[in-house]
Amino acid sequence: MRRRYLAAVPHVIWMAVFVVVPLILVVIYAFTSATGGFTLENFKNMGSYMNVFVRSLWLAFLATIICLLIGYPLSYVLSKEGPGMQRVFIMLIMLPMWINFLLRTYAWMSILENTGLINRLLSSLGIFNLINRIFGTNITYIPLINTQGAVVLGMVYNYLPFMVLPIYSVIVKIDPSLIEAAQDLGAGSFTVFRRVILPLSLPGVLSGITMVFVPAVSTFIISKLLGGGTSILLGDLIEMQFLGNAYNPHLGSAISLIMMIIIMICMYVMNKFGEGEEQAVIM
Amino acid sequence: MSKEIIRLKDCTVAFDDEVILDNINLYFNDKEFLTLLGPSGCGKTTTLRLIGGFLKPTSGDVLFNGVRVNDVPPHKRKVNTIFQKYALFPHLDVFENVAFGLRIAKLSESEIRTRVMEMLEIVSLKGFQHRKVTSLSGGQQQRVAIARALVNRPKVLLLDEPLGALDLRLRKDMQIELKRIQQAMDITFIYVTHDQEEALAMSDTIVVMDKGKIQQIGTPEQVYNEPKNAFVADFIGESNILDGIMIEDYVVEIFGRKFRCIDKGFAPREPVDVVIRPEDIEIVEPQKGRLSGTVTSVTFKGVHYDVIVDFKGFKWLIQTTKFHYVGEEIGINIGPEQIHIMKKSEYSGKFGDYSSYSEEYEKITSEDWEDETEDEEDEA
Amino acid sequence: MKKPSIFGRLLMALVFIFLYAPIAVLIVFSFNSSKSRTVWTGFTFDWYVKLFQDTTIMNSLYVTLLVSVLAAVIATVAGTIAAVGIYNMKRSQRNAILALNNIPVINADIITGVSMSLLFVSAASVLTKLSLALSQLFGAKINLSFDLGFGTLLIAHITFNVPYVILSVLPKLRQLDNNLFEAAQDLGATWLQAFFKVIIPQIRPGIVNGLIIAFTMSIDDFVISYFTAGRVQTLSMTIYSMTKKRITPEINALSTLLFIVVLLMLIIINVRQASQEKKLKKNSSRSNELNEIIEYTKI
Repeated sequence: MRRRYLAAVPHVIWMAVFVVVPLILVVIYAFTSATGGFTLENFKNMGSYMNVFVRSLWLAFLATIICLLIGYPLSYVLSKEGPGMQRVFIMLIMLPMWINFLLRTYAWMSILENTGLINRLLSSLGIFNLINRIFGTNITYIPLINTQGAVVLGMVYNYLPFMVLPIYSVIVKIDPSLIEAAQDLGAGSFTVFRRVILPLSLPGVLSGITMVFVPAVSTFIISKLLGGGTSILLGDLIEMQFLGNAYNPHLGSAISLIMMIIIMICMYVMNKFGEGEEQAVIM
Repeated sequence: MSKEIIRLKDCTVAFDDEVILDNINLYFNDKEFLTLLGPSGCGKTTTLRLIGGFLKPTSGDVLFNGVRVNDVPPHKRKVNTIFQKYALFPHLDVFENVAFGLRIAKLSESEIRTRVMEMLEIVSLKGFQHRKVTSLSGGQQQRVAIARALVNRPKVLLLDEPLGALDLRLRKDMQIELKRIQQAMDITFIYVTHDQEEALAMSDTIVVMDKGKIQQIGTPEQVYNEPKNAFVADFIGESNILDGIMIEDYVVEIFGRKFRCIDKGFAPREPVDVVIRPEDIEIVEPQKGRLSGTVTSVTFKGVHYDVIVDFKGFKWLIQTTKFHYVGEEIGINIGPEQIHIMKKSEYSGKFGDYSSYSEEYEKITSEDWEDETEDEEDEA
Repeated sequence: MKKPSIFGRLLMALVFIFLYAPIAVLIVFSFNSSKSRTVWTGFTFDWYVKLFQDTTIMNSLYVTLLVSVLAAVIATVAGTIAAVGIYNMKRSQRNAILALNNIPVINADIITGVSMSLLFVSAASVLTKLSLALSQLFGAKINLSFDLGFGTLLIAHITFNVPYVILSVLPKLRQLDNNLFEAAQDLGATWLQAFFKVIIPQIRPGIVNGLIIAFTMSIDDFVISYFTAGRVQTLSMTIYSMTKKRITPEINALSTLLFIVVLLMLIIINVRQASQEKKLKKNSSRSNELNEIIEYTKI
């Protein structure tokens, strides 16, 4: 009864039409001009946006590192708690993920704005007066929003759970008898961590890095809301070409293509580090 | 003269309301092969974990060379363990697995190399040093586990049912191997198993446990020939356990007949449990025997026949090399040395006769095996 | 040997505060009696009332729910069938299909959105030209073309949902004991009966999970909807336009309500999971499975 595999045929057709063809179109558009001929102009024009590329990669990188620095220790300490506590905390970490992404980002606006909560707090505590008196300046707020820092903060806030969950789920599955074996052979807690837990948790780390870096490098909302117009990222750029003022789907496709390539390179590198096993990480 | 190196004093382990080990007192000698034997859930793995340091007794003391070590964590105790499922590090190759303990002890690179290669040779894994552990067979993994533990030259090795996952042939070979290694290296082996044949074959001393209590300690011969109670008699080998009355020293009455025996020290007419091994019963013609009965089933076992005989409603198991047919009337004779008397205990009457013959033979099925490992994990 | 350390607990607390501070702010200011999102002036339910009176929001909520439910259900059915097909493939074919399947999962949202909008726009323009040609040919007004709208939105959602369903169902299929299926047939069930009475119940947790994940992905989606919904607006899109202009705390009220709904859902799911785990530990799964097969095939 091996004919059963035919059941997947409709799915393959659907995917071909709605996933593969669109991507092919992107490639086509990237290499054509508005008049329809083959051209590399789009890629040349991208050169003027080099700083956007660099900025996007850099901010995504920062956000990923910060997520890792917070997420890994968090996963580790969480794995040592009792099962009830673990379940509760995982639920608490997942909960914000289910709240609308825009709202989560928007929430930071009220906190970071010039007249936002943080600045108001500092003001009411008299911090600004103090600084003004010491340094002879005349500030009434610290510019927190519309900075690259705010964008990174927004990224970390939104993507931290995506780093924690894969790492946590791998650490928690480590066979406890491996840890006992290491102790039996003389390893204290730090050595157990270094020689057993850390190496075995790497697949989760790689998953986490992938799940943070990819959205971070391609986001456009976070930069719009928290970065103002100051730090345009790749995502903003693409959006502008398709739905924004500067309508140029060819340029947009070219940028999208490059972004896809960047992402594929990163993932290839990640796979090389890992053992190339299944990356199925569903919550 | 053997030296005592480990002692468990009044150790009790309890979780919530459940008592896993009940006031255990046990000592272990230098260079001894000691086996903790019992059914699943009897507390033998728990005892092992107490010694290894993975568990603290709820009350009582664990002493190494007279020193109390209750609070010493496992990585500081000078014992090594072979885990039931081997617990080999999947991210390290064979060499690094075996070298793990040596690296932690910060031995020199050349020393490590020498010792690891030497160990691999001893366990017949020469040439395997760069193989991935996940690509090895069960038997090979087991030998890596042994090498990894022994390369640290511990004085005491704890083995938690290490042969359970191997097939019969391999298991028998490994039993001989382990015994050989233990004697060659002069180490104390504390071995946990539920397989009584294994225990009898390998041990210097057997500790039979049930329900968290020690039932009997002795050499294999003692435990087999002179079981202390019905549990031990039933657990080790096949036994016919009957009710009897000790008329006086050296005379016991079963089924209304008096038999000579070699035990004494019981009160006159004291009710006792009588154990007679199936291979010790002699079958003769009905008129020539002390008791007579009818054969109800015969099973060919290769080495011998298992013959079930009904004496006045009580079914005996007799193992003999001669064939007897179903329905045959036979008589039996039992020599005085073949009768073993035990005091009555909580286990008396619990083991019945051989009416349900097939159940008696279902010693270890795969389901039991799974249940056992679950229990032991829960105990931790 | 599980001692919770102080640093560990401290870290968990800090992260917890970090994650929930903005949400707390949102919720608190949803009750603010003035328009300000940062200065507290008093308690009121006004914004909640205004929320329900806002037709734009209500419409987009309706659109979002409709598309999410439809997409989730269709994706679940399609995905389960596809998963069965994939499960029965040879290794090489299977890996190829799975790689194809993973593309929408791994690809950045914006790429999926942009590429699909290219597809729709191109297809629309081709059809427009075709319609013109046919209209001239037949002398009648023929329009085969379409605008970006609910249809394209739905197609897009189904497309990115199906892979998640497959990824949810496939592992369950792998865990299936093949013997159960054969046992059912041995007891007289046809292939189809065996499928519905034995396989489906076994993989049900995977199907349900897939459904939930698909629904969540749809509800929460912004980027892909943004590029493919055309004149129709989903809730996220409405929120986006609200955040660009100077807005009232209506948005806070909306956030609070969504938060409560999600919280309740998560609690329910967790409680279900905990009780399911308890049940699994009590029953012996093997004997129950076999009993179930016998029951099903009797009918």
